[in-house]
Parts: sequence; structure tokens; C-alpha cells
Amino acid sequence: MGALDAQPPDPLERARELAEAAIGGDRRALARLLTAVENRTAVAEAALRTLYPKAGRAHLVGITGAPGSGKSTLVSALIAEVRARGRAVGVIAVDPSSPITGGALLGDRVRMQSYATDRDVFIRSMASRGHAGGLASTSAAAAAVLDACGFDLVLLETVGTGQSEVEVAAAADTTVVLEAPEMGDEVQAIKAGLLEVADIVVVNKGDRPGAQRTASQLRAMLVAVARVGSADRGHHAAVLAAGAEPGTDGAAHGTDDAAPGTADAGSSPIDRPRPKQPEVLITTATTGDGIPELLASLDRHRAAGRAARTSSARRARAEAQVSAILADRIRAKLDAPERRVEYDELLRAVADYELDPFAAADRLLDGLRR
Amino acid sequence: MTDRPIKVLIAKPGLDGHDRGAKVLARGLRDEGFEVVYTGLRQTPEMIATAALQEDVDVVGLSILSGAHMTLVPRVCRLLREEGQNDVLVVVGGIIPDDDAGELRAAGVAGIFGPGTTIGEVAEFLRANARPRT
Repeated sequence: MGALDAQPPDPLERARELAEAAIGGDRRALARLLTAVENRTAVAEAALRTLYPKAGRAHLVGITGAPGSGKSTLVSALIAEVRARGRAVGVIAVDPSSPITGGALLGDRVRMQSYATDRDVFIRSMASRGHAGGLASTSAAAAAVLDACGFDLVLLETVGTGQSEVEVAAAADTTVVLEAPEMGDEVQAIKAGLLEVADIVVVNKGDRPGAQRTASQLRAMLVAVARVGSADRGHHAAVLAAGAEPGTDGAAHGTDDAAPGTADAGSSPIDRPRPKQPEVLITTATTGDGIPELLASLDRHRAAGRAARTSSARRARAEAQVSAILADRIRAKLDAPERRVEYDELLRAVADYELDPFAAADRLLDGLRR
Repeated sequence: MTDRPIKVLIAKPGLDGHDRGAKVLARGLRDEGFEVVYTGLRQTPEMIATAALQEDVDVVGLSILSGAHMTLVPRVCRLLREEGQNDVLVVVGGIIPDDDAGELRAAGVAGIFGPGTTIGEVAEFLRANARPRT
């Protein structure tokens, strides 16, 4: 551990050391690296540049849903299932930062204690630090670090979400949305937002009354309606009939979809985004019921995504990362002292309605080219 | 680079189920601007040391009301040292007799907070003594 303690003055050197140690299995180096990533230091950037080419092998799975729907408990149950198959699993669990004090209570580990000392389980809590999309701004980078360090599965658990925190879908290969029984009627299921980005919908707390009914409603509205949009009318009628049937097939529901969430890739006559056709599963995370079926569903979704040349999730992730970095870089240039005067002057002009905001933005962009 | 919040692990080693104090402190430190990882009840020293390592915390706060502190606390300190986490500040809260304080400090405990300590006092102590953050 000695090499870690000596702080080389050069961030590039420090980054190389940390990255090499982390890839080599040094968990403390990995933890330090994640701290650097969270703090967006020069060391983190240099390390990420080294690590990125080694990433891309892990299955990145986003877990999202309302507060109290059981995300952390589900993650814990998934860890058990994945470890039983010998795969290494990393977890990034995000909880909100206080907008008032900047403090945070990170409580997701409470539910993840069973594998606390397993070397092939690495759990990291992250505060959202003012970022509003359900993750921290650095969560995707942290997941890439775990990916590069050889974790087969990386679970990204969001803060408790409402209806529209859909950012996780860009950060993950597969997005799991949790619902609790009796969370709402069928109209909730057809609202735009979170459920639209789900590759798999999990009705957790399956031992509660109403779980079957909630799953049936979700299946009817999400799966059947998505198929009504497709050309196959005969299929549509059959699915509607199946969807209207109250859940009768035990814990493993919805496994009839051959390629979940991969709605008609390729053959669409009109080039318009198609709704996903998520699988709807029922789990009871506290007992493990339905968890093997969930893992099987995750594996199927991953295999389907790999079959596509570059999955749309990966492309969305690339775009989110590059555009965030681009925005940071532009921001940094605008914040440079030599531009500060012009920037302030333009802001003042916009504030006083002397200049419209589009013109101000154009002038700033022109300034960056000079 | 940025002035990131101090990250604190609040854990309850051992078997007593009295977690009100730990939860109140976790909440209070949140309000003081700390990032608090709360791991809950019945933690072994190994679980606490692993969580401290994975979370890369600056401070480990142990809450014990069972009387088992002379066994559990030195073990947490030793495990942290073995992992190379020498710079992590360890503090203890709960029912700790004055006679035990010297031995706990010798084991590596930086601060001991008994009943009546305010959250402000704890926060001030942590800000003054936590490792410098990079």
C-alpha cells in the first residue's frame, strides 16, 4: 500500500498508479479513484482516459423507482443471485444531497449488508450533489471505472424518483423500473416519463395484496399498447386478450417476450422512435421470490442488446457523456479570467433587455473560436 | 480540487439495538453539510472496515451502548490500519466509562462523545480533525 500513500506531485503519475492498482484488484485504490471521479479532479480525468478503453464489458443495469419501492432491497437480492453464479458485482447507489446544506444521508448500504465483506462485491454510495436527473453527474464515470476494473455486473441505483427522472436510461444498458403494488391505476401506466424508458418493469413487494393486479394492468397498458402500434393486427388481438387476463402464472411473469425491450429494431417503415415493450415481472425482494427470473430477464435483454451492432443505449450513453464533458469544457473556457469581462457584460445586457439571449449566446460562441 | 463535503460512516457494531442516537447524529451531520453513510445495526468490525474502505470515508463514527466497546472498537481500529486506512478519523459515541477512554485512545480513537454532547460539538470536532481531502 506504500505506493498509494506517497503522493506524487504529478496528477498524471498519480492517475496511472491508481488506475493500475485498481485494475490489479486493489480495492482501496479503486475507492480512492472513485473519490477522485466524484470530485472531478485532474487525477480522475487522466485515470478515466486510461481506463475507458478497458471498459465496455460489464452489463450496466439501472435500478430506479419511487422512494420506498424497494430498490436497495432488490439490489441486495440481485447481489445474492449474481454471486451464486460467481460473477463480480459493483453497485453505485445514489441518494440525494440537501439543496440547503449540501449534506446527504446515504442509507442504501443498510439493505446491502449480507455481502458486505465479499471481495467480489463493491458497493459505493454517492450523493447527488445538486444534480437533478436521479443520478450524480459523475455516476456514469464511476460505473465506467467499476466496468474497467472487471466487475461483470454494475448496478446503478438512482435516488427515489418520481415520474420523469429518466437519465438512468442513458447511463445503463438495461433499465429496471420498480413499482410497488397499488401505486396507481392504468392511467399512471400510460403517462409519459419513467415507465417509457423501462426495459423491465418490476412490481416489487409481490407478497402484498394487489401485486398481481398491478402487474396485469402494467402489462396490459405497456406491452399490449406498444404492440397495437405495430402492424400485426392479429397479434395485437391475441396480446390484448392475454394482457387482460389477471396474472395467473406464478412468480415468473411476462417471460413470453422473446426479445424484451427491443421493439422491432430495424424494420420500421416510418423512422420514429418506437415504444419499448418491457417485460413486467413480480418480485418479493425480501424473500428472493422472482429474483432468478429477474436475472434471467436481465441476461436476455443484454444478449438482445449485444446482437444489435451498437445498442441504442450505448449510443445514448456516449452522447450523454460527450455532451456533458463538452458543456463542462465550454463552461471552463467561459469562466477563464480573460473572458469574464465580456461574459458579465453580455449577461448584464440580457438582464437589462438590451440584448436577446440568443444573440448573447452566439457572441460567446464566436468568442470561443477566436 | 473542489471543497467536497467530509464523508462520514456511522455504524453500530455489536448486538445492541439502540440506534436512535446513531440515526439522530446521522441526520444532524447531514444538516451540518456532511455526507453521511449510514450502515445500520449489528455490524461486525469487518463489515465496518470494508464499508469504510469502499466508501473512502474520512471519518468512522461508532455508536455503542452495549458495553462491548473494549472488544469491538480496537478491532475496528486495527482492521482500518491493516487496510492502510491510517488517516481515517475514528470517533466513538454512546455509553463509554471514563476509565476506558485512555485505552480506547491508545487503540486509535480520536474522540469520545458521551450523552449530552451536541451535534454542533461533534461537527466542529470532525471539521477540525478529519484528514485533509484531495
